[in-house]
Amino acid sequence: MSSWDWQVFCKDTIDGEVVPGCFGGAGDVTYLDWLLSAWGWTLSVSALALVVALALGSLMGILRTTPHRGLVLLGNVWTELFRNIPLLVQIFLWYHVVPTLIPPLRGVPSFILVVIGLGLFTSARISEQVRAGIQSLAGGQRMAGLAMGFTLPQTYRHVLLPMAYRIIIPPLTSESMNIIKNSSVAFAVSISELTLFALQAQEETSRGIEVYLAVTGLYFVSAFALNRAMLFVENRVRVPGMIGGGGH
Amino acid sequence: MPMIEMNNVSKWYGRFQVLAECSTQVEKGEVIVVCGPSGSGKSTLIKCVNGLEPFQQGEILVNSISVGDPKTNLPKLRARVGMVFQHFELFPHMSITENLSIAQVKVLGRGKDEARERGLKLLDRVGLRAQADKFPGQLSGGQQQRVAIARALSMDPICMLFDEPTSALDPEMINEVLDVMVELAQEGMTMMVVTHEMGFARKVAHRVIFMDQGRIVEDDKKEAFFGSPRSERAQQFLSKILHH
Repeated sequence: MSSWDWQVFCKDTIDGEVVPGCFGGAGDVTYLDWLLSAWGWTLSVSALALVVALALGSLMGILRTTPHRGLVLLGNVWTELFRNIPLLVQIFLWYHVVPTLIPPLRGVPSFILVVIGLGLFTSARISEQVRAGIQSLAGGQRMAGLAMGFTLPQTYRHVLLPMAYRIIIPPLTSESMNIIKNSSVAFAVSISELTLFALQAQEETSRGIEVYLAVTGLYFVSAFALNRAMLFVENRVRVPGMIGGGGH
Repeated sequence: MPMIEMNNVSKWYGRFQVLAECSTQVEKGEVIVVCGPSGSGKSTLIKCVNGLEPFQQGEILVNSISVGDPKTNLPKLRARVGMVFQHFELFPHMSITENLSIAQVKVLGRGKDEARERGLKLLDRVGLRAQADKFPGQLSGGQQQRVAIARALSMDPICMLFDEPTSALDPEMINEVLDVMVELAQEGMTMMVVTHEMGFARKVAHRVIFMDQGRIVEDDKKEAFFGSPRSERAQQFLSKILHH
């Protein structure tokens, strides 16, 4: 225990001197500054990728439950494509291969490419959950919506999706937490997020234990906070008279 | 001019024929009971009337509008045809009042207050005004089905389809639902009712259709049907369900 040195975070990243108050300023950067900035990158990549994943995953999941064969096929192909290639490989594909094939993408910052890569990978998983959520509603709900005179989009909007999303809040929570954890692959394309910070900081300071524990703690706190937030949402939208808010 | 007219309607699931050349018509104000053994195609037939189930051959006209015509605006047609399902199919995430008003607002374009008023009036009518702010999961099966009937009525339908409306109910709740249906029938609503409730049929039906293996085997005036059904199959069926 006595060999731990938490002061490492107060050190300046360039000269290694301990800065009073631990925060740099006036052009000096301490490891604590760097850690927090890395946390910011992790959260930014995760949040934006989650937006992409929710939007595209929902769309593809919905398409797969429509009566139109072409749309179902599109949703299925999308899902299988992004689900069956390892995440790290997909990130490298977006970074190294896609810009070569599509020249206009060459100038796109790697941050955006990682958001796209992680977002699309996760969209395939969310697509599965949305599809399952919709299909878990008895076919009668769709018929009841249509029988009231709703168009198919209205039936989704007012009848099917409100229940389907309630049902899939638990797996969506896992998926959102996964995005935070999976965002660590961004280190592979030099995004200065938590994992890259850990690799570099422990190299520079030789205080691997402290550095990794701090990074671990921040990952945990981020994912756990998200988990609690989703639990709050789940309770807020719970339907009276239904156990667990779902099923029919 | 009949309210509902079917001419030689046939339907297949793959190779399996579920409906075979079904023809019948329902006049305005008429109450038709459709019965038959399970798997005989009666639910499928009634779902073809508002296009919830597609059919491959024949023609169905509702108020002279062809259901099978790809140019027909099905949502518009369905908005005028009330439907009540075996499993109620209320929207579980909406309160009872929302269940009653959402389609009025989103489909018919009525104002929210007007829709709510209309909904509450219909709740009164089915004796459930006190449940207005509850959710479907908090009501009994019989209550849910009465709400479902009120929901269908909220759209001012020109005719009503009932798909085994009492089959999923506990016995003591069947009558509260049938009472509402009898009242509707007596007010002159055009109704097509898939049911095994022969008491209901005797009381208010004008005609009874008996189906077997996708065919309409009997299509008779009520008196003739209960008097002397012509087919042996119908006779057997009736003797089975009327015995107890």
